Amino acid sequence: MSPVETRHGIGVSPGTAVGPVVQVRPPVRPPADEAASADPAAAGQLVRQVLESVAVTLEERAARADTTAQQILTATAMMARDPGLATATDKHLARGRGPATAVDAAIEEYCAMFSAAGGYLAERVTDLRDVRDRGVARLLGQKDPGVPELTQPCVIVAHDLAPAETASLRRDLVLAIVTESGGPTSHTAILAAQMGIPAVVQLPGAVGILTGTVLAVDGVTGEVFVDPDPATCDELVQRSERRAKALGTAVGPGMTSDGHPVALLANIGTAEDAERAGVLDVEGVGLFRTEFLFLDKETAPSLEEQVAVYTRVFEAFGSRRVVVRTLDAGADKPLAFANLGPEENPALGRRGLRLSAERPDLLETQLSALATAARVTGADVRVMAPMVATAEETAWFARRVRENGLPSVGVMIEVPAAALRARHVLAEVDFGSLGTNDLAQYTMAADRMQGELATLLDPWQPAVLDLVAAACEGGRETGKPMGVCGEAAADPLLALVLTGLGVSSLSMAPTRVPAVRASLSLHDLRTCTAMAAAARAARSPQDARAAALGLANKLITDLV
Amino acid sequence: MSQRTVIIASSVGLHARPAALFVQAATATGLPVEISRVGEEPVDARSILGVMALGAKCGEEVLLTADGDGADAALEELVALLSRDLDAEE
Repeated sequence: MSPVETRHGIGVSPGTAVGPVVQVRPPVRPPADEAASADPAAAGQLVRQVLESVAVTLEERAARADTTAQQILTATAMMARDPGLATATDKHLARGRGPATAVDAAIEEYCAMFSAAGGYLAERVTDLRDVRDRGVARLLGQKDPGVPELTQPCVIVAHDLAPAETASLRRDLVLAIVTESGGPTSHTAILAAQMGIPAVVQLPGAVGILTGTVLAVDGVTGEVFVDPDPATCDELVQRSERRAKALGTAVGPGMTSDGHPVALLANIGTAEDAERAGVLDVEGVGLFRTEFLFLDKETAPSLEEQVAVYTRVFEAFGSRRVVVRTLDAGADKPLAFANLGPEENPALGRRGLRLSAERPDLLETQLSALATAARVTGADVRVMAPMVATAEETAWFARRVRENGLPSVGVMIEVPAAALRARHVLAEVDFGSLGTNDLAQYTMAADRMQGELATLLDPWQPAVLDLVAAACEGGRETGKPMGVCGEAAADPLLALVLTGLGVSSLSMAPTRVPAVRASLSLHDLRTCTAMAAAARAARSPQDARAAALGLANKLITDLV
Repeated sequence: MSQRTVIIASSVGLHARPAALFVQAATATGLPVEISRVGEEPVDARSILGVMALGAKCGEEVLLTADGDGADAALEELVALLSRDLDAEE
């Protein structure tokens, strides 16, 4: 038997899958030096033919889509066929531009006009850009960009996927996601885990794999087998089964084998996430990211709009806790209605609570909406601020939350300063929650969007563990609970170390909860404490992990 | 040249589905139909982008104009269309 070609990426969403590749193409731009059309009238005809062919494709897709998508696709086809768009393109052709450049420029004019109008029109810009990208690609003799229409279960392969593209993928047809770039804490990785789709990022040469090639993907180990033989596929299936066995039969609240409770919570981002996670065996929500209400909007969401969404989320969890993080935006995730201008270092700029300080009106509306929804539903609502560095900021935020009648307030511990001074920060609030992704980014001075820096961003970095320990120490001194809501909480082995350091709740993509619950049930608190000490005593992330694994129950090797 | 005024009945205004239905109907007349809001420049009624950008709201009066054979009858049809709440219909 010839050996199967194996490539190694980073597993970011557990599960295994085997299926044919579908490549996602990035949009192509018109070449900057595209030659002028020798015959603008003929070029105008060519553009009309191409836009007509785009309209036909969109109508074909509409015919197979559900009602909502059908209306959008039909309207988008009409845009492609719009006589006004053809006339606008003619003007650019007459000025000496090439066909692709002319279509691009004409559509961008409409995009600018629609964006400026806001509301419904601004939301149509995505559809216009879809027409543009297809039109430009076809004029340049290339295939349509983006996720092609999927007709059978497949493995999606891309350089990187935009969060919107990931969110729109059909779970029943996407067996796995493989990308060439992207980091383990990129939003696409997080979304894939949330959707329960196995995913591997940073796979070298991924975009070079031909469409139709069969891949076997292990979203835990990051291994990808090209054209696997039956034996490899069997091994992958057995691996999955061993993991299922190790997951065991533990249900209900998280606890160590000796009964020390560690709440197992879900990270969610939308009302739909809440409804999906609400029916699962989780103890509530440890991180409700509220950004989706604000991002990609031309105007701030109204009080009523926010109350409606929060009410839906709270209702999905009944009497279980829901920890809400207030708006976390900044220059890296800019808002159309609260743009403080470009910044040299967005991750170090006016984001999170710092943006709320600049625009207290946004925070005030959000808190008021949360208070109303909490009152209506009677839910256990806890509110926390992102990007807090000092006790003064904490006090400022806590006062505003309590003035709105919300009983429980906390802060994210993701800035090293807040971890080191947790004693003073926590004195102002009721709880803390470690955001390990950002904490690692700020501790290691490594941009989490830089896939190449993944080693530095490893949450097993002893320096990061030291800061977690400092934060937990502050929690002990003040008697305030400390949770973790970063990706670290989802690692069944690291979860034990965090428990040993004193963390009392772990929040993660809901699909990861069973593995962490099983891991906790196999170990007692003393072992967790010993693992924490061993990991902190190590000099590298690899050593820290190995030290913890050395103390673990052998069954756990099938979980990690 | 024929012209008619009509008040937009669709609750969402001349947007989304109502705009698409109107543009389809205007295109089907085979005539160069134009639509304008009171006191504003007319736009091609066969252009979905132009009609959406017009932004005519529910209860607002718009002016339809057309030239050619059957222009009166064509405009009557379009007036009848815009007088219904197109968003409410299935």
